[in-house]
Amino acid sequence: MSDFKTDKYSVELKNLNIFYGNFQAVKNVNIGFKKNRITALIGPSGCGKSTVIRSINRMNELIPNTRTEGEIIFNDFNILNSDIDPVEVRKYIGMVFQKPNPFPKTIYENISWGVKINGFKGSRHKLDVIVEKSLKDAAIWDEVKDKLHHNALKLSGGQQQRLCIARAIAAEPEVLLMDEPCSALDPVATLKIEDLMMKLSEKYTIIIVTHNMGQASRVSYETGFFMVDENKTGFLVEFDKTEKIFVNPVNKKTEDYISGRFG
Amino acid sequence: MITLNKDHINNIKTRNFKGKIWYIVFISSAVISIVFLSILILSIINNTFGIIILGLKYNPETVSPGKPLIKNSRDELIKLLNDYSGIDDDFTPAMLKTLNNEKDLSLRTEKDLYMIFFNNVLQPEIIRTFSLLESVFNKNIIIEEYNLNKDSYPILRMEFKSWLNPGLFINTQSSHPLLSGIRTAFFGTLWMVFLTVLLAMPLGISAAIYLELYAKDNMLNRLIQVNIYNLAGVPSIIFGLLGLAVFVRMLEPVTSGQFLRFLFKSGEQTTLNGRTIISAGLTLAIMVLPIIIINTQEAIRAVPSTLIDSSYGLGATKWQTIWHHILPYSFDRILTGTILAVSRAIGETAPLVVVGASTFIVFDPVSIFSKFTVLPIQIYQWTARPQAEFRNLAASAIVVLLILLLTLNLTAIILRERTVKKRV
Repeated sequence: MSDFKTDKYSVELKNLNIFYGNFQAVKNVNIGFKKNRITALIGPSGCGKSTVIRSINRMNELIPNTRTEGEIIFNDFNILNSDIDPVEVRKYIGMVFQKPNPFPKTIYENISWGVKINGFKGSRHKLDVIVEKSLKDAAIWDEVKDKLHHNALKLSGGQQQRLCIARAIAAEPEVLLMDEPCSALDPVATLKIEDLMMKLSEKYTIIIVTHNMGQASRVSYETGFFMVDENKTGFLVEFDKTEKIFVNPVNKKTEDYISGRFG
Repeated sequence: MITLNKDHINNIKTRNFKGKIWYIVFISSAVISIVFLSILILSIINNTFGIIILGLKYNPETVSPGKPLIKNSRDELIKLLNDYSGIDDDFTPAMLKTLNNEKDLSLRTEKDLYMIFFNNVLQPEIIRTFSLLESVFNKNIIIEEYNLNKDSYPILRMEFKSWLNPGLFINTQSSHPLLSGIRTAFFGTLWMVFLTVLLAMPLGISAAIYLELYAKDNMLNRLIQVNIYNLAGVPSIIFGLLGLAVFVRMLEPVTSGQFLRFLFKSGEQTTLNGRTIISAGLTLAIMVLPIIIINTQEAIRAVPSTLIDSSYGLGATKWQTIWHHILPYSFDRILTGTILAVSRAIGETAPLVVVGASTFIVFDPVSIFSKFTVLPIQIYQWTARPQAEFRNLAASAIVVLLILLLTLNLTAIILRERTVKKRV
């Protein structure tokens, strides 16, 4: 890999505490996500990893009574500041969800819509170029180039998920959040997405939540392991280089989880 | 390996038997419903068509040979009136002169002249009407009745009549069943429904969007929500009383159109009180509002959260998400709910009686400040009359009302299918 893979942080979580009403979902999370690297968050169900990843583009706020404390530093700004519009944040931090969720529109419109709502005012030709480039970057162009104006819901699950990735990168974000992107896909489609992630990490910082430990070990550069305490509050147990976590973890709980003794 | 234990087999038999009983209950429920529905439709059709025995003083075919009487021009009708005045004591030249003095015959409409001729010269009288079933299966009674009356009338006719005919839409109300129609009521219904939709649909959908997508989950909003659910179940007559108190009485200067009097030429106004189409439209709009709100809220709630997430995730604002995804996705359900609510408004009678729909009115409604009547009230009024012929008229008006409702529901289904097709 090239030399621009630095150790500079793209997103940094500092003392992140997230509450749903009176319930504390996550406590004291401190993670630095390195630029142009893939970082995986693993852990048992209900340990708050999805909550953490959804707070990075402030999607959590859509749930009523959510409160987020601490700092999320992105481009030297604390994006949790009340004077920052979450809509602005989401333009720079894109997201791919667990279930492939293309819009019930054509493949073309799925890409162009996100571009247009963000204030794109170019010609139709320019839009065509963006659509083609995004689909190529998401490694789905060859499969859909002849049916750009067909409904996206007619694609297979794996194709739909790659379309969602294309849709997310069409807005040219800096960070791509992926919340269990392969949990609804078969192994072949999963491998395709993993290859794509490796390729995309040259351009984007990728943060992925996964239940599939094989996937975390295959694609990620660093891994964070989450667990819950006795109050069902999630916390970060260990964060390190992926090799270290999987081969020689410091924490006993991490070792138990990795080796499949629980979770 | 399955053990063919005898107890086990019996157990399965009992369980299957229970299922069979329920199956019979369900299928008989469906059959009973369909039977009742068929009886209803049959009885309406039965009254809409049938043989009538008609007594006339003169045969319209000899009066106007070659073409129906109503097709004659004004001059021809005036000539006929002049020819037939004085032919018997019922219609003397003096009577024709009086009519001419009231309004010059040459200034009257063809229809007016025809009615004068019809009422004064022909003097048709329906002696008896028969239902469709009687007409088909009981010919003997009809012929008996015909022979019984043969000598009392100069011309006695026995003819098959469809009460559902173009005349029904052309004629206004009249005391003579052969000249009665639903024209006024039909236009009244159209005006009223148009107003109801115009007022209730935007208001209801907007309110639902606010309550479902913007309102915070606090005591006040929960109270409002509970009240909306309750309002949807309030009997319609209560809404009528509300309409009477608020729109007819309190807002009379507005609903009677008096505040716009300077726009009308003097004498053009038909009413000076609040018993107008706008009052009825407002009342029914308020009545269907809670139904539309609840339907729309449910439609919005049915939008998958994954769709909403993906919209926000791409950096869409709340309004962009609502406008581009939530509303298009739920549009078909909103529309279906609204059309069903409007169907309810079309069939509504009770609140309109209170708000003051006229029972007898011969003028077409021309503005939202006109007096009005509607189909259900017209039907009610006809069924309350002693003459049997008006019941036939009522049956044909019911057919029209049902066709109107079915058309609306069909529109809802077609629109829904189209949006569903667009989606997948």
